[in-house]
Amino acid sequence: MFRVAWLVAKKDLRIELRSRVLLWQVVPFGAMALLLAGLALGPAHAGNSPAGPGLFYLVMLFVALLMINRSQVIEATPGTRASVATLGLDPAGVFLGKALALSIELWVSGLVLLAGTVLVLHTALHGAILALPSVLVTLIALALAGTLYGALTAGGEGASTLLPVLCLPAFAPLLIAGERSFSAALGTAGLWEWWVIVLVAVLAYGGVGILLYGVLEES
Amino acid sequence: MIKQLSQRLLGPVTLVLLVATIWLGLWVTPPDKIQGNLVRLLYVHPAIAWVALYVSFGTATIASALFLWRRTRSWVMDRVAHCAMEVSVVFIILTLITGSIWGRPTWGVWWAWDARLTSTAILGVLALGYLALRRANDDPTLRAKRSAVFAILSAINVPIIHFSVQWWKTLHQGATVFTSSRTLLVHGSMAWTLLISFVGFTLLFFWLLRARYRLEVERETNQRAALEQALIARQREGAL
Repeated sequence: MFRVAWLVAKKDLRIELRSRVLLWQVVPFGAMALLLAGLALGPAHAGNSPAGPGLFYLVMLFVALLMINRSQVIEATPGTRASVATLGLDPAGVFLGKALALSIELWVSGLVLLAGTVLVLHTALHGAILALPSVLVTLIALALAGTLYGALTAGGEGASTLLPVLCLPAFAPLLIAGERSFSAALGTAGLWEWWVIVLVAVLAYGGVGILLYGVLEES
Repeated sequence: MIKQLSQRLLGPVTLVLLVATIWLGLWVTPPDKIQGNLVRLLYVHPAIAWVALYVSFGTATIASALFLWRRTRSWVMDRVAHCAMEVSVVFIILTLITGSIWGRPTWGVWWAWDARLTSTAILGVLALGYLALRRANDDPTLRAKRSAVFAILSAINVPIIHFSVQWWKTLHQGATVFTSSRTLLVHGSMAWTLLISFVGFTLLFFWLLRARYRLEVERETNQRAALEQALIARQREGAL
């Protein structure tokens, strides 16, 4: 399972490195969205705003949706699904591999956007560094859930519009938990227990994905 | 014989229990010491929420799991899951509406960013997402498998809603019928009205589910007949 996961993750990351969609399209889009969020708050409120963690996760949500869609588009290229089926790869491994690749892509975007939050929204640097572990784990949870929801909508009618409809309600608790742990790191909320929600989500989505991804693949 | 009788009696019994709930709730039970007549809405709201979260969403989730399990896989399970989810959407909307009507005079607002309210609204969007997902796939097997996985994933939200009043500081009250040690907190006519309301709305769910299921079977039969007719017409065109 883990060998297959590593192979799939390497394949997805190699495609991403060659196409540079993340670097030239998704990250600039995220940076622009963060800038617009600051503009929406206004010059008087954008700096040191308690909304910083929330805006970071809101932008991360948009970035995640783009990356999940992208992760499924890779699989939709002619012959990919057929070759995966012919090779008889373990579906649990495929799920973990795709989630791992998506996690790494989200981490890269997350680090850039976190730096952007410190730079543009003046979020305290030490708070952002303290929040880093919770951000990384929340992004793993988003990647695991996103891989599942991406597979659910893949190839369906209006898949790109259906994906946010299915993902947003499922991501809401994760984003709230992520934002609260970020705020806790900044000292504006004493709610480290929000970590528990994120960890439970990682286990739940990981477990469901390992068990049921095969059903989605065979369909 | 028993099956036929229970099917025939389901509608009338449901109607009697719902009428009894209205009668007891509006005329027999006394007004609450603090809430006054507003308490009468609580004979309906918890029962509707019970059906929305546990009975209908639970039925949809169990039927989905049974569809995914190869041993119990059948189109009946897929239909039950689909129909239960549709009924669930109706009951979730009713839960939010009745809660909102109660919330306005009690909390002063129609909507509050409360953990119980927000998580219930999220469940409603998930249920709508399930119906959207079904419409997005034409292949019946693909549609059934994907929507079954989605229903199971969405069910993760149900325990969050249930425990939200314990996990977070919420405006929404905690358990009011039973304490955590299973001691009954409601007595007399109020308790009976609540019990009748819970049974009545649960039966209403099963009545609606049965009606919707029959409609679905009818729709599928008509669809197959229309397809066969179209094929015959094409064959005739080819023969000419």
